Amino acid sequence: MNQYNFAYLDEHTKRMIRRAILKAVAVPGYQVPFGSREMPLSYGWGTGGVQVTASVIGPDDVLKVIDQGADDTTNAVSIRKFFERTAAVRPTTRTDEATLIQTRHRIPETPLQAGQILVLQVPIPEPLRWLEPREAETRKMHALEEYGVMYVRLYEDITRHGKVAQTYEYPVLVNGRYLMRPSPIPKFDNPKLDGNPALLLFGAGREKRIYAVPPHTRVRSLDFDDHPFEVEHWDRPCALCGARGVFLDEIIVDDKGGRLFVCSDTDFCARRQADGGAGGDRP
Amino acid sequence: MSRVEERPLLGVRGLGKRYGAQTGCLDVGFDLWPGEVLGVVGESGSGKTTVLNCLSGRVAADAGRVEYAARDGRIVDVLGLDESARRRLLRSEWGIVHQNPRDGLRMGVTAGANVGERLMALGARHYGQIRGLALDWLAQVEIDLDRIDDLPETFSGGMLQRLQIARTLVTGPRLVLMDEPTGGLDVSVQARLLDLLRGLVAELDLSAVIVTHDLAVARLLAHRLIVMRGGEAVESGLTDQVLDDPQHPYTQLLVSSVLHP
Repeated sequence: MNQYNFAYLDEHTKRMIRRAILKAVAVPGYQVPFGSREMPLSYGWGTGGVQVTASVIGPDDVLKVIDQGADDTTNAVSIRKFFERTAAVRPTTRTDEATLIQTRHRIPETPLQAGQILVLQVPIPEPLRWLEPREAETRKMHALEEYGVMYVRLYEDITRHGKVAQTYEYPVLVNGRYLMRPSPIPKFDNPKLDGNPALLLFGAGREKRIYAVPPHTRVRSLDFDDHPFEVEHWDRPCALCGARGVFLDEIIVDDKGGRLFVCSDTDFCARRQADGGAGGDRP
Repeated sequence: MSRVEERPLLGVRGLGKRYGAQTGCLDVGFDLWPGEVLGVVGESGSGKTTVLNCLSGRVAADAGRVEYAARDGRIVDVLGLDESARRRLLRSEWGIVHQNPRDGLRMGVTAGANVGERLMALGARHYGQIRGLALDWLAQVEIDLDRIDDLPETFSGGMLQRLQIARTLVTGPRLVLMDEPTGGLDVSVQARLLDLLRGLVAELDLSAVIVTHDLAVARLLAHRLIVMRGGEAVESGLTDQVLDDPQHPYTQLLVSSVLHP
């Protein structure tokens, strides 16, 4: 792979993206436009996240890539391999070992540490997108902090379903100012955004936007006083490691209605099993 | 209501707007006093709606000055406001009723959410209270309370207009701008809406500017009238005075053109 620059992107592009990231960090939750490049993977597979990762990665980084909580699914494997080949970084599946984590749709169960960077892949960055079709108008709404319409959506959910039915991409207010779409993470992960000691970067390749939640930033999930924000609960522990209070995936195991609920975070689950932690609760 | 007010709620001076070579409106001026309803009448293309749009900032005026006495007593230079302050004013102290209720409503969400939207935009964060107020207002505009969770698409034209009025008035605006509020409705529905509007305006002590081409609407709702033609105000005065004893030839023509069945 000598014919490619370190981490695939040319240095000018990296500099441009780093500038966008710096601006995003300076204005938490604000969507910074950037000149998104064609990447050797298709839109929807994490082109935004890959560009952010390529711009912040260094030879000494230890990289973990997550797809829906798992380290061994197609998207995670190919992106990890991509950076192994183009940046020769050391890969890992362990959340606590990684310095840089690119993720699709989950924040790891293992708490992140100061100094770590989490890069989230974002399909649609604009939280007001399905409420207001005009881009010029949504920018104006952000500029003027006109977020009443987002509450209209929550009102509608409660009216129709008795509760807010949004279970992923649950809208948050960052640092008391910008409304942000936290990428399609389950709302279960929303509390992890709040005051997280790691740097959270969001990259949307097709929509050409980068935004960020700097360490220890207040992130509040929108709710009503009489319908407070709640996360999902499961009435059983993980079938493999016995963890409670974690995000579980439902797996169909046969064609007779048999099903299993297991941790969506494979690294977390595997390490608990190795430690003989079955039956215990979340650390 | 026998209050003595020293200053008008809204003072408009020399308002002008050109669309290229066309005149939108020219040197329009009036005072609107608290609790007063001002009718702006004239034929299509006379500049009525341009005046209203200049006031609300949907169209940028070329000339003139609009002063508004805000709730906190400050005098606001409306045309000089930056966009954020202007939109805040429109949200909190003013209300706009569009001719076509579909322009003022969110057709994809329920009636309750439509009424609640302005409350939520102003910071209401209690679902139960928002819903309670929405129910109150649906009752005030005579919409069946069990329609609160229905989409506006299922409403008739008259109901849509009443819903739009509820949505506008729920936050207690002091000044309401209405553009042909009864346009496009059949006569009996119009009569009911006019009754309702007249009641609400009196009860809430609203000030309003109502643009209409319908002199009967103007006579029922407005205390004073401005007659516009070709972008200029040709005559103004008390409603009965203007309609019963028109002075300007155009007003005379306008009044004599009304059909009496």
